[in-house]
Amino acid sequence: MKIAVPPRTEQGIIRALLWLLTAITVFILFFIIFYVLKRGLPVVSLEFLAQNPTEMGKAGGIFSTIIGTIALTLLAILIATPMGVGSAIFLTEYTRENWITRMIRFGSECLAGIPSIIFGLFGFILFVTKLGFGWSLLSGGLTLAFMILPTIIRTSEEAIRSVPYAYREVSFSLGSTKWQTVTRVVLPSSLPGIATGVILSIGRSIGETAAVIFTAGSSLHVPTSLFSSSRTMSVHFYILAREGISMDNAYGTAAVLIIAILGINVLAYSLMNRFMRRYC
Amino acid sequence: MIAFSAVSILLIITIFIFGEGMPVMVKYGLRKFLFGLDWFPLERSYGLLPMIIGSLMVTGGALVIGVPFGLACAVVLTEFSSKRLRRFLKPIIELLAGIPSVVYGFIGVVILIPFIRDHLGGPGFSVLASSVILGIMILPTIISISIDSLEAVPRTYREGSIALGATRWQTTRMVMFPAAKSGIIASIILGMGRAIGETMAVIMVAGNAATIPRSLLDPVRTLTSNIALELGYAAGEHRQALFATGVILFVIIMILNTIANMTSRKRRP
Repeated sequence: MKIAVPPRTEQGIIRALLWLLTAITVFILFFIIFYVLKRGLPVVSLEFLAQNPTEMGKAGGIFSTIIGTIALTLLAILIATPMGVGSAIFLTEYTRENWITRMIRFGSECLAGIPSIIFGLFGFILFVTKLGFGWSLLSGGLTLAFMILPTIIRTSEEAIRSVPYAYREVSFSLGSTKWQTVTRVVLPSSLPGIATGVILSIGRSIGETAAVIFTAGSSLHVPTSLFSSSRTMSVHFYILAREGISMDNAYGTAAVLIIAILGINVLAYSLMNRFMRRYC
Repeated sequence: MIAFSAVSILLIITIFIFGEGMPVMVKYGLRKFLFGLDWFPLERSYGLLPMIIGSLMVTGGALVIGVPFGLACAVVLTEFSSKRLRRFLKPIIELLAGIPSVVYGFIGVVILIPFIRDHLGGPGFSVLASSVILGIMILPTIISISIDSLEAVPRTYREGSIALGATRWQTTRMVMFPAAKSGIIASIILGMGRAIGETMAVIMVAGNAATIPRSLLDPVRTLTSNIALELGYAAGEHRQALFATGVILFVIIMILNTIANMTSRKRRP
């Protein structure tokens, strides 16, 4: 078992090995992004963004899928944000730690771990079939809202918790009620933190495929109502790539997708940093 | 009322998935589902064993690839590099966690599959390809949570160990790792959950044959891809069998989540 290698030599070897592994990891992760952008960006043009797909996506652009993505994401956020922030307010302001909060937190953590395909199955059976919404923006939006709810709860809870307690005490001492304190003092000061959670959820909604394809369907038309089926960019990209319809358009869609998500996440990150600097 | 939304949604999901999946499981017996070898939905034969084994193989493979690379990265960034490099790289790695899984799958199709087919043989769509893609996908999760837990170890531990004359590596191995153990384990379990639950990327690179793979170069089908591949056209009992697949997946994930929760709770007393 004991091999007499001087500790410093051992450290040298291990260090080289670890750095090698790290370099490979970082290289792979960057390579993926650069590869997609390099192949995809030349395809992206104003026409590509502004034209509807034709011939099942073989030609034309991705306009209707962009609209579909935005509509679906917006719907999910509009449904999940009030629920998530409401839960967070309840957890932080209106209860002490007890079995109820533990149960809510456990439920939210479990929900966070459920794979998206299970959400897809669930949305398919409840919204699409049982409630008869069909493949529609509404079914997809509700399913996505359920999926992002835990993220919003967790980030809002952390944001609300990090508001210094003195703020609340001052507000109480001025004679305001609990509700006034929550709506006029606590929520405004935790807004950047809550916004971070919402923005992260937007990123996740945009990238989601499995839960969307079985609830929102894959129609290539621009959606006209809550009940029209619509295809998001991720689903479009998946179908283009898997069925080999058009590799060029697939790369183009992937490039737009990656840029959108990275942009959104950078925004979330900088918001979070600003928020942390204010309170910590 | 709003506060219970998360719990009630979890409950509703459980009820619907189980409600739709259980009848067919009861009808044919749980054992047929769990240990049946043949998945021929049109002939009413719903054996899920190939998919269960497929999911486990692919996830195991992803861990074999993702854990060493991820941990090495975390150790280098916390112990062996400047603070500036960590400040620069950690946010970027976390951003990478947001890349949609379909993009990883696509990279697998255009780069990894041809490489495996040309250099190692077989059809390319294989256990190996899925493991590599999933391994890469779970890297950001493992790296970022491991860094957090290594950073959470009190500075005095490290200083004490170095003051005793230990090298940095000895410190890492004998002091930091044991102290950050629960966080690191939680990161691995979370990565595992992500790998088991991943659908689209796996469908694209796995080949999806519903048989038990004999080698790493054989095609494989996972529980998740089984659902996603057939839900589009399945009806009646076949659809219920897909929900039964969902039930099994759900149970596996719940067990993993509970373990992860328990280990991370120990970390913060």
